[in-house]
Amino acid sequence: MNKPNMSQGLDTSTQPAIELRKINKSFGPVHANKDIDLLVKKGSIHGIIGENGAGKSTLMSILYGFYTADDGDILVDGKTVTIPDSKTAISLGIGMVHQHFMLVDNFSVLENVVLGAEGGASLSGGLGRAKSELQRLEDEYELKVDPDALIEDLPVGLQQRVEILKALFRGAEILILDEPTGVLTPSEADHLFKILDVLKNQGKTILLITHKLREIMAITDTVSVMRRGEMVATRKTSETSMSELAELMVGRSVLLNVDKKPAEPKERVLEVNNLSVVDSRGVKVVKDVSFNVRAGEIVGIAGVSGNGQSELLETIAGIRRADQGTLWIDGDEIDLRAKPLDPAEMREKSLGHVPEDRHRMGLVTKFAEYENSILGYHTDAIYSKGPLLDIAKIKQLAEVEIEKYDIRPPSPLLKTANFSGGNQQKIVLAREIERDPTVLLVGQPTRGVDIGAIEFIHKRIVELRDAGKGILLVSVELDEIRSLADRILVMFDGKIVGERTPDADEGELGLLMAGVEGEAK
Amino acid sequence: MSAGQLPRWVDYGLIPVLNLAAAFLVSGLVVILIGENPIDAVKILLWGSLGYGEGVGFTLFFATNFIFTGLAVAVAFHAGMFNIGGEGQAYLGGLGVAMACLAMDQYVPWWVTLPFAVLGSALMGAAWAFIPAWLQARRGSHVVITTIMFNFIAASLMVYLLNNVLKKAGSMQSETRTFEDGGRLPFLNDIFPGFGFDYAPVNLSLFVALLACVLVWLLIWRTKLGFEIRSFGANPTAAVYAGISPVRTIIVTMLISGGLAGMMAINEIMGSQHRLLIDYVAGYGFVGIAVALMGRSHPVGIVLAAILFGMLYQGGAELSFEMPAITRDMIVVIQGLVILFAGALEYMFRPALIRLFASGTGPSAQAA
Repeated sequence: MNKPNMSQGLDTSTQPAIELRKINKSFGPVHANKDIDLLVKKGSIHGIIGENGAGKSTLMSILYGFYTADDGDILVDGKTVTIPDSKTAISLGIGMVHQHFMLVDNFSVLENVVLGAEGGASLSGGLGRAKSELQRLEDEYELKVDPDALIEDLPVGLQQRVEILKALFRGAEILILDEPTGVLTPSEADHLFKILDVLKNQGKTILLITHKLREIMAITDTVSVMRRGEMVATRKTSETSMSELAELMVGRSVLLNVDKKPAEPKERVLEVNNLSVVDSRGVKVVKDVSFNVRAGEIVGIAGVSGNGQSELLETIAGIRRADQGTLWIDGDEIDLRAKPLDPAEMREKSLGHVPEDRHRMGLVTKFAEYENSILGYHTDAIYSKGPLLDIAKIKQLAEVEIEKYDIRPPSPLLKTANFSGGNQQKIVLAREIERDPTVLLVGQPTRGVDIGAIEFIHKRIVELRDAGKGILLVSVELDEIRSLADRILVMFDGKIVGERTPDADEGELGLLMAGVEGEAK
Repeated sequence: MSAGQLPRWVDYGLIPVLNLAAAFLVSGLVVILIGENPIDAVKILLWGSLGYGEGVGFTLFFATNFIFTGLAVAVAFHAGMFNIGGEGQAYLGGLGVAMACLAMDQYVPWWVTLPFAVLGSALMGAAWAFIPAWLQARRGSHVVITTIMFNFIAASLMVYLLNNVLKKAGSMQSETRTFEDGGRLPFLNDIFPGFGFDYAPVNLSLFVALLACVLVWLLIWRTKLGFEIRSFGANPTAAVYAGISPVRTIIVTMLISGGLAGMMAINEIMGSQHRLLIDYVAGYGFVGIAVALMGRSHPVGIVLAAILFGMLYQGGAELSFEMPAITRDMIVVIQGLVILFAGALEYMFRPALIRLFASGTGPSAQAA
C-alpha cells in the first residue's frame, strides 16, 4: 500500500521479488521439498503446478513462515531473509490466500480485514481508519465488497475477495494464492483472474498454486512444475503447451513391471448409474457418472487427485451419501439417494474396500494388529464365541494373514501404528482380500509404500482378478493405473471424460486428465 | 519404534506414582505453610484410612462410590466422550433404588430387592444420560455441556420430588421413609466380623462394584460392542468405514455410562443411608473423572485409584480431626491437588520420560 510500483510487469531487468535457493524440507522420512530453486519476477504472475502431494503447499508454507526450511536461502527483494513466522512474512510484504479461508464467519468484512492488525486497544478508532483504507483498496483494485456484510452471508467468491483484501490491507506486495479456484464456480474463477490481472498491472507479484493446467495457461506469465518434491522445470507460459506441462507433472518414470495375462472379463459384478455426489460445502464433486466392472477385470480410474475419485469410491462403499444414482451389485439394484446401504451392509453384498487413506480410515492405528484384522468384519459369527469375541481365534487367523502377506514384524499383538506404511497397507489388503469379495474397491494402494511392498501388493490385486473378481482401482499414479488396469476411465472435474486401454499414449491420457479432451489427437 | 512409545510399566506404573508424589509434595508444602508437620500429617492420614478396621471400612465405602462413578467416566472415555454428568446420573439412580426398596422392603428379603434396585438405579442413571446422548448423536450438542447442565436439572428435580412427592407424611426432612430390612444391604461388619469394620458403612455393594469392574472389562475388551466403542473412540472415520454407526455407538455408550453412575446409589442409598435424601451424591460423580483418568480407564486402575481417593476422603476426615489447623477445606485442597496432578496434568511428566527412555535405554525400550 506504500509505493505503487511503476514497472509494468514485462521489464526483465527488475530484481526478482522472491528467490529461493536450494530449499529442503523433510517430514520424518518424507522429503517434501528437495533442493528447490525458484525465481519469481516482480510484477508477474508466476504459476506453480503439480499434483497433490508434489510439495507445492509445503514450499509456500515455508515462504509464509508456517514451516522453516531444513536448509536453503530465501531472498525477498534481493535480501536474504529468515521467515520464522507468518508475522515476519507479512512484514516482508508477503500475503497468503489460503485454500481454506481463514475468516471468522460471524464477523463483518471490515472486522475480518482488521483482525490481528487492529492498531491499538480501542477498536472503534482503528475501525474508522481501516474502513477508509479498505474503501481505497477496493477502489484501487476493483475488489468490491460491502465492508459491513457478515462473512457467513457472502458467497464463496466474495469471501475469497475478502481474503485478498486482508492481505493487501497488511501491505502485501507479493500474494500467494493456494488453489484459489478449488471452491469457485467457473464464472467466479473468471472474475478472480480479472482481479489478478488488475493486481499485476498495479505492480503486485502473484504466486498461483494450482493443479489445473487451464488456469496456468489462462493467467500466468511463467510456470514452474513440481513433481514428488522436486522443481522439475520452469517455462515461460507463452512458450509451453498444456501437453508439455501435463507430461512434466505426471513424469515419465519407467513402467512398473507387473506380470499379468490379458484379462478375461465375464459377467458384470458392479454397475454404477448416473451417480452424483454433493460434498459438505455444497459443491457437486461427482457428476452423473456411469460405468460397470466385470468379473475378472481391473477397471482403473485415472485422474489428478481432487477430481471426484475419492468421493466416488466412498459413495460406492456406503460411507458417503449420494445426491442421485443407483448401484447394481450382487443381484440387487440399490437406489443411492432414497435407500442407501451403510458400509456394513455393503460388505454383506460382498464388497471389499481398501480405502485411500489407511491412517484416517482403513486402520485404527491405536489398536493391535489382530484387532485391525477384523475391523469391519468384527460382527462375523466366526469371531465370536457366545456373547464374547473369540480373541484366541482372531489372533490365530491374524497370524495366518501375517504369514500369507508377509507382514513384518510378524506380531499380531504389536500396535498398528508401529508397522511401516507398506506393512500397514498389507494389513488392510489382507483383511479385505481374505474375505474373498466379489468386488474390491482399491484406493491408492501403494501411496507411501516402499518398492518391495508395491510389487507384492500389485501381485495380490492381479491374483484376485485372475480368481474372477471385479476390481475398481483408483490411483493418482498414472504408472500404477497403466500397469494394473485392463480398462482406464479418466476422471476430470467429477465426470468421466474418457475410456482408454492401458496401452494408450501417455500424453493423451495426461491431456484427458487435465481436462483438455478436444485437443487430444 | 516411533518416538512417544513408553514401556507399559512406565505408562501404567511410574507415571501415576510420579503424579501422586508430585501432588503429595505440593500438599506437604501447603501443610508446612500452615505450620504443621507434613510427616505427621501423612502418618495420621495413613493411619486414619488404613490403620484400623473401621478406618479401612470407611475407605472401602468411599472407594465403592468411586468405582461406580470412575467406571462410568471410563466407559465414555473409550468412545472418546467426556461424561461430566455422573453427578446427576448418580442422583437419579437413587430414585431407582428408592423405588425398588420402598415397593419391596416390607415383603421380601434384601437379596430379592437387590436385583431390582440394581436394575432401577441403572435404568434411571441411563435414562438421565439418554437425552444428552441423543442430543449429541443427532444434533451435535456437546455432551460436556449438556451433561453438566443435566446435573443441575437433576438437583432441582430431586429437591422437588423429595419435598413434594416422596417426603414421608408429617416430616420436615426432605427425605423418604427409612427402608425396612428388605431394603437394606448387609454391612460387611455383619458378614465378616473378624475385620473389625465396626460402624463403617461398607456393605455388600462393594462386591457389586467389583463385579461391575469385571463386566466392564469384558464389555470393553471382549465384546463386539466394546470393539465398536473403542474403534469409534480412537478413530471415528475408521469406525464409519467399518460400518459402525456413530449414532448408535454414542447413545449405547452413554446409556451404559449413565447406568454405571446410577449404580453408585446402591452403595449410598441401599447400603448406608437406607432412605433417599437430598444431596447424597456430594461430588462423588465429579471425583469419578479423576479416578478414571488416574486409573487409565482400566477397571484394575480404577479400583486402585478409587481406593486412593477413598483413603483421601477417610484419612482426610481423620486428619482434620487430629490437626485442627488442617481444616476440612485443607483436605479438599489436597484432594484437589491429587486430581490436578493425576487428572489435568496427567501428561506433565510424559515428554521428559519419553526423552529419558529414548536416549537412555535405546532399542531395548521398544516394546516388541
